[in-house]
Amino acid sequence: MDPIRDAMLRPSRSAKIERRGRLISLFCISLIVAVVVAIFYFVASRGLATFFENKVNLWSFLSKTTWSPAIKDAHGAPEVGALPMIVGSFGVTFLSAIIATPFAVGAAIFMTEISPNLGKKILQPVIELLVGIPSVVYGFIGLSVVVPFIRNLFGGTGFGILAGTFVLFVMILPTVTSMTVDALKAVPRHYREASLALGATRWQTTSRVVVRAAMPGILTGIVFGMARAFGEALAVQMVIGNAALLPHNLISPASTLTSVLTSGIGNTVMGSLENNALWSLALLLLLMSLAFNLLIRWIGKKGEMK
Amino acid sequence: MKKILGFLAVAGVALLAGCGRGDSGQSITAVGSSALQPLVEAAAEQYQTDHLGVFINVQGGGTGTGLSQIQQRAVEIGNSDLFAEEKPGINAKKLVDHRVAVVGITPIANPGVGVRNLSIVQLRRLFTGEITNWKQVGGKDLPVVVVNRAQGSGTRTTFEKWVLQDRQPLAAQEQDSTGMVRSIVASTPGAVSYVAFSYVDDTVKALALNGVTPTDQHVTTNAWPIWSYEHMYTRGQPTGLTKDFVTYMMAPSTQKRLVAKMGYIPVTSMKVERDAAGNVVQKAAE
Amino acid sequence: MAPKKVDKLATGVLYVIAGVIVVILASLLGYILFQGVPHISWHFLTSPAKSFEAGGGIGIQLFNSFYLLLLAMVISVPLALGAGIYLAEYAKKNWLTDVIRTAIEILSSLPSVVVGLFGFLVFVLQFKFGFSILSGALALTMFNLPLLTRNVEDSLRAVSFTQREAGLALGLSRWETVIHVIIPEALPGIITGMILGAGRVFGEAAALIYTAGQSAPALDFGNWNPLNIASPLNPFRPAETLAVHIWKINSEGIQPDAAAVSAGASAVLIIAVLAFNLLARYVGNRIYKKMTAA
Repeated sequence: MDPIRDAMLRPSRSAKIERRGRLISLFCISLIVAVVVAIFYFVASRGLATFFENKVNLWSFLSKTTWSPAIKDAHGAPEVGALPMIVGSFGVTFLSAIIATPFAVGAAIFMTEISPNLGKKILQPVIELLVGIPSVVYGFIGLSVVVPFIRNLFGGTGFGILAGTFVLFVMILPTVTSMTVDALKAVPRHYREASLALGATRWQTTSRVVVRAAMPGILTGIVFGMARAFGEALAVQMVIGNAALLPHNLISPASTLTSVLTSGIGNTVMGSLENNALWSLALLLLLMSLAFNLLIRWIGKKGEMK
Repeated sequence: MKKILGFLAVAGVALLAGCGRGDSGQSITAVGSSALQPLVEAAAEQYQTDHLGVFINVQGGGTGTGLSQIQQRAVEIGNSDLFAEEKPGINAKKLVDHRVAVVGITPIANPGVGVRNLSIVQLRRLFTGEITNWKQVGGKDLPVVVVNRAQGSGTRTTFEKWVLQDRQPLAAQEQDSTGMVRSIVASTPGAVSYVAFSYVDDTVKALALNGVTPTDQHVTTNAWPIWSYEHMYTRGQPTGLTKDFVTYMMAPSTQKRLVAKMGYIPVTSMKVERDAAGNVVQKAAE
Repeated sequence: MAPKKVDKLATGVLYVIAGVIVVILASLLGYILFQGVPHISWHFLTSPAKSFEAGGGIGIQLFNSFYLLLLAMVISVPLALGAGIYLAEYAKKNWLTDVIRTAIEILSSLPSVVVGLFGFLVFVLQFKFGFSILSGALALTMFNLPLLTRNVEDSLRAVSFTQREAGLALGLSRWETVIHVIIPEALPGIITGMILGAGRVFGEAAALIYTAGQSAPALDFGNWNPLNIASPLNPFRPAETLAVHIWKINSEGIQPDAAAVSAGASAVLIIAVLAFNLLARYVGNRIYKKMTAA
């Protein structure tokens, strides 16, 4: 055969490299997806056993307030009411997000609009360091500083949603801040120029143009921070008091899904109802993080249409 | 990218190499109760210095983990604070019990409550929530703050078995480790909880029960009723290294020196014996 | 003049917010260091831990932390790069890609104890890796991948499209463009992400309790044969890390000086994270300067 024609028809070296590269990256992504599917299957198979094998009613799981899986109630059904934990988890998550948002957005605006220089030199390393502090250490600081502080200020034991909120506030601050910074940076420069050219002050430009344009990104950051808060275990567990009770106020001991899960899992026997009930909590967590993600995606879509 | 691929290759080779391991001396794994872990760890350390080439891997994870893993033959020894019979979901018939130590559990309170001694009924009422202020038991005017261990933990199960006697405990704060319980009791006014004897220090106050003080001496005669065995379970009769190590744990020399030094009560000094159902018999003279 | 005043006021408020964040961190750091630094000594940093006597150190735990971090990064960085490249360069905009992204994000919000138990059942028991550095590194990989992948993807996306066009116009394949043009340009962002990931790995405890284990057998630092059980390099030995050690002595420790060891270890942990941050930033800048025209 004609050697030139042959050479032209054969894939080039570049094409081969391209194909190999694509395969490598495809392999990596499939591996990650496989891991996620495996975890999901693993948690779901155990979490659903509570309802199918141990015949716990899904509605009573979500609405009852007594959590003592080892004890059966008057009808012989085990007492697995997860409502106190659900309330506790949502409580700390929303409260910490509400407190963290102004700080995070403020810091992000400072870093992008007011003083990029100071922002890059001081705030960014500070925020990255906050991420690097292990949650165990956050927990101990919470226990030795925040809890006594709340006890002295408001009375009670100091353990409760308020203490959890404080600790989570510091923990999600870096996430929300860095994502807000990204969102603000992504706003094209000519938006700002146009606004400033119209005679708007820096604050007017920032608050009415830049922040508004970056809103979907900022919201994503907040929801992302909330997802973090929802899944955090060790630090919250140390300061919230871990009482499976509906909280009456912000300073009475409460519990979250993760705190009950983490503290109970080593003490139960795999395959028993107590253990399955804990996995149901884990499944609930997974579903919640799924919901958070769908929310993020929805916000993103809304933002795109503008 | 080449470097990255190289890294991957190295990691892969390491994996393969790992599959071919197992000839680097004998090794066994013991997991479970975090209360027993320090003792087994220390014993394993000594055993390994005496017997070169063996490796005893000791991990915590909780009594539930220990029992479920030994049941599934995933490990050689399952450490537990409880009789296997007391844990739902465990088939105790397949497991062989080795009681290696005894642990006494004492109620502790914040030093500011002004109480030193309680009757068992008072103690029960504290933990069921019927007594809500320390002045009801002769202490200061302080609200009672109950701190529990996590549901299912060995210490809590033992405490509730001998103090509450089938009454429902008050739903209260729970902590999943002794250290946390102690630091919370030490820092929270009016707090009360329970820990193993070896964790009592001067930041908390150990309470006497019906005038009996929580001492090792009183446990050995069952005058202090809140105690439990520390168990090492094996699946069937142990063989090989497992057997040697369990024998080493039970040996009088280990019991006398190591067990006592680490704050546990040696099984050999017990004057009574108790079974899973809680029946106590005097030990026959040796 | 009202808008000008508002502008001044807002700027002031923003300065205050930035200041508050810095103060929070400074007081956190100050508290940890103030409590811990007095306990740090050469002896503390190099001697093995004691299980029930005073005077234990954290030498082995410190080594384990770094080794585990290294191993976890070696496994997770290539995977995250590959996956990030796929998402940023190859993935089509369709529902499947959406599902993949959602899956990755969900993985990132899992509580680490679930990851730890999954690792325990799969790596420790199923694959028979036992309680080992390898199991721990794999569990940490699972926990670290989402963050890294997302970060790689974002950094790659942030690179201007003209760079891609330039690469393609030179006759490079898409893959070659990514490797030789886009990644070097995106490197600072990727490195920041890796630092953050490394910080998380370094401080993670819950995922390791059930995988890398909570005991630190004595190591023979003269033996570097990775297959020997006493060798520090053996990936199949159980390895308690610094964060796990802090957790353990605070929960069940019966050492008389547990509080001091815990405070000292926390301080060392923070200092290590700090040093790691600075080092990675420095190295990252050097590489960036070398690989690009900047």
